Amino acid sequence: MIPEIGHFALILALCVALVQGILPIYGAAVGNAALMSVAKPAARLQFLLVLTAFGCLAYAFAAMDFSVLYVAATSNSQLPLHYRLAAIWGAHEGSLLLWTFILTIWMFAVTLFSAHLPEATRSRILGVMGLVSVGFLLFMLTVSNPFERLIPAAPDGRDLNPLLQDPGMVIHPPMLYMGYVGFSVAFAFAIAALLGGNLDAAWARWSRPWTTVAWCFLTVGIAMGSGWAYYELGWGGWWFWDPVENASFMPWLAGTALVHSLAVTDKRGGFKVWTVLLAIMAFSLSLLGTFLVRSGVLTSVHAFATDPKRGLFILAFLAIVIGGSLALYAWRAPRVGLGGSFAMVSREGMLLANNVLLVAAMGSVLLGTLYPLFLDALDLGKISVGPPYFDSVFVPLMVPAIFLMGIGPLAQWKKASVPDLANRLKWAFGVSVVSALTLPIVMGNWTPLLSLGLLLAIWIVTTALVTLRERLTHVTGSSVMERLASVPRSYWGMLVAHCGIAVFIVGVTMVKGFETEKDVRMNVGETTTIGDYTFRFDGAHDVKGPNYTAARGTFSVSRDGRETTVLYPEKRRYPVQNQIMTEAAIDTGLLRDLYVSLGEPLDDGAWSVRLYHKPFIDWIWGGCFIMALGGVLAISDRRYRPAWRRETQEAPAAVETARRKYA
Amino acid sequence: MSRFLLPLTIFAVVVGFLAVGLTLNPREIPSPLVGKAAPAFSLPQLHEQDKVFSPKDLEGQVWLLNFWASWCSGCKTEHPVLMQIANSGAVPIYGMDYKDQRDEALAWLNRWGNPYPIVGVDLAGRVGIDYGVYGVPETYVIDKQGIIRYKQIGPVNDEVLANKILPLVKELQAK
Amino acid sequence: MIWLALMMLLSGPAWAEEARPLGDDPVVEARLKTLAVELRCLVCQNQTLADSNAPLAEDLRREVREMIVKNMSDQEIIDFLVSRYGDFVLYRPPLKSTTTVLWVGPFVLLAVGAIALVVALKRRGQKVADAAITEEEHRRVEQLLSEGVKRS
Repeated sequence: MIPEIGHFALILALCVALVQGILPIYGAAVGNAALMSVAKPAARLQFLLVLTAFGCLAYAFAAMDFSVLYVAATSNSQLPLHYRLAAIWGAHEGSLLLWTFILTIWMFAVTLFSAHLPEATRSRILGVMGLVSVGFLLFMLTVSNPFERLIPAAPDGRDLNPLLQDPGMVIHPPMLYMGYVGFSVAFAFAIAALLGGNLDAAWARWSRPWTTVAWCFLTVGIAMGSGWAYYELGWGGWWFWDPVENASFMPWLAGTALVHSLAVTDKRGGFKVWTVLLAIMAFSLSLLGTFLVRSGVLTSVHAFATDPKRGLFILAFLAIVIGGSLALYAWRAPRVGLGGSFAMVSREGMLLANNVLLVAAMGSVLLGTLYPLFLDALDLGKISVGPPYFDSVFVPLMVPAIFLMGIGPLAQWKKASVPDLANRLKWAFGVSVVSALTLPIVMGNWTPLLSLGLLLAIWIVTTALVTLRERLTHVTGSSVMERLASVPRSYWGMLVAHCGIAVFIVGVTMVKGFETEKDVRMNVGETTTIGDYTFRFDGAHDVKGPNYTAARGTFSVSRDGRETTVLYPEKRRYPVQNQIMTEAAIDTGLLRDLYVSLGEPLDDGAWSVRLYHKPFIDWIWGGCFIMALGGVLAISDRRYRPAWRRETQEAPAAVETARRKYA
Repeated sequence: MSRFLLPLTIFAVVVGFLAVGLTLNPREIPSPLVGKAAPAFSLPQLHEQDKVFSPKDLEGQVWLLNFWASWCSGCKTEHPVLMQIANSGAVPIYGMDYKDQRDEALAWLNRWGNPYPIVGVDLAGRVGIDYGVYGVPETYVIDKQGIIRYKQIGPVNDEVLANKILPLVKELQAK
Repeated sequence: MIWLALMMLLSGPAWAEEARPLGDDPVVEARLKTLAVELRCLVCQNQTLADSNAPLAEDLRREVREMIVKNMSDQEIIDFLVSRYGDFVLYRPPLKSTTTVLWVGPFVLLAVGAIALVVALKRRGQKVADAAITEEEHRRVEQLLSEGVKRS
């Protein structure tokens, strides 16, 4: 019964989405207020309906209803409850429901925080989101129904893929989807503005917080996925340039470009046409990712079970949504005005140069990801494009981008002078170069890449300090604390996010430069040493988990004779899918990770063991979290507050805020 | 063309490729060995271990080389088709027992039938590497001069047999 | 060796023995590793030869190890694999006519983007009479923002 309610809720949601997608947009076109007013209640109703469907599926999983095909395929009675609930998005159908659910969450959020928008604009935004939702609901109801019955019911389920039975599974996909789908808001704003012909600075101002929030989610989502791959796949890598990883990275690059381009449009009214294109691109790339993951056109470690019929559906959907928006863009964009003027060397110019680099990087990732497919489609042979390719094209594109990142915040709007900038930055540059050259020597391994990485990281931090110092001299306040407090939050956000990049670069550079690994054969009592740490193997014994059996090794780790920690890597066997999983044991630290994974049992109690010493690796993910924190700071800025807390403010205050910003 | 149409154009091209991509199988890797001489080997035979199986002995005729194993499920799928070829006498299929155990391989052939006049034993998978085998079953069509003319990746089915393998074999035999 | 023994003496209990590396020759293993991370495991979804535990990957690693022991050059080893499995085994696609676009594309993209930006800025500079964001637009933004406030 419950699954049928869920199914029915989806059908109703589709009807509501159709209404929401058609009436308000039409109403906005003809100026009919009654039709426009449908948008808000429809979006909220749709949210409730999809929430109901989601709840029904969650119930089916919790109650182990194996008469539902999807539940039977992705869970098992032995699977603990939290993984049964995470199994909702463990395969194609359910993850699509999560996608749609998150889309309606964003819609609901738009209805809450859009009172300041003109009625027509809001109606168009919700209408566009409704249309996107129509596609996904239709997709689910036609070829990917999560509520499909299995008659007769299976006695037990086929279990969730053991790779996915991990805390990362509980949190990573929702985060990632919040990011992907979050770009639908920026997309809807862009389409609404194109439809209404009111592509102006106000549009950029309204889109900015939404874009930043989505970007934060995506940043955290990608970082979590990377961290998960690091400890779960058992080979210590954190990024493999796999098609599915690239599918999440491309919207991130486009989104990052968009965040910066929106700044130009918001502050200076310039490059609206470009910004609107980026908004379309960010969401289009999210949709493209969905296609790549689910259609089976590319081989990936993370791909869903695939089905060409589904592939065809998404491709058609892709063609309509993206093709339609780009056609609208081609039609409307030529009529958009130019905005304020500025010189090549100016804050605007640098933000746009950074945009060019980010988009070129995004294009390269796209090219590398799809190139094997292009060649195959033209019957020119099969090739693989992997990490060596991406590393060698991506790094040269990012180096100038990061260099600009240091200069941009110091440059004046409209027009900056190169000699002046050089003068203000000479200390930062000197300090960066000297320390980048000497630090690796001190650490005992000088390589050009190591120096380059450190140079970039130190450059970001030193320029941020210069920027902050200059900023402090311009703000009022007697004490330093007071002055620090009067620097706007959005400015702090920018500095923090940039420093996040620096932390990230330090992580990547140090891991590449100094990581060590060892493959050894260890008998009980034997020791091996890696990066100052001595590991003693104290044997392995069998343990029993809720739905698996495992051999658990015990490794005592010591340094300079003092015991540091004890690590318990496991080799698990999940009987339902008869799959062996390597569960690495990791001792995490600010300055290094110690990573042990069990290989194969050898004769007389010995095991083959792989050990890694990875300096600074946690800085990679730490950097991403710091970037996201920067985003959070930026949206908590006072000037967005009229939108969030409008009830508490008087009208003149909001006008005052707007004026202050333009002053 | 207006520059505003550029994104739409690029997108249309990408969609075209993606549509073609849907019809392709990314896991099928064409062999660079087609058109080249079949790598030489001499391996013990499965049934009579002291005898040697070598492609040199087969020069002057068109033949198929089928890599299989008793542990491989795709081999079971294609087995009836191989039996059908063997019974029809259209072309001889020589077997290569790939990384298998002798008793299990023999039991498998006894149970399901033996389409092969001779089966070689590639215990370590070395010959498999020379032939670029990356997953059994794989089947090679080799001509009178000992050149590989076609490689079937995955099970041979009726369609592949009727449309590709048999016409090619006829053509090669006529030469 | 003396250093190693000293380390052990300092770090572990006296009876602890040093574990043996899996490969016989660490130099060979190191070269195998650098080669294998750029080679693709053919049967896996998308993994390098170094990371995969698939039987074919193990066979190929053994094969590569033997070639290293025989002192073959990297190029010879790569040629050996490419002649059997095609360019598909290489994660770093070789530069040839079919992959020119792949290798040159990113930098062409950057160059085109940079030129487009410079041209657009130049053209724009001529078009825009100096009216930053126009006063009118300021007022409109403010009006819109305040309208929203009043409505709620």
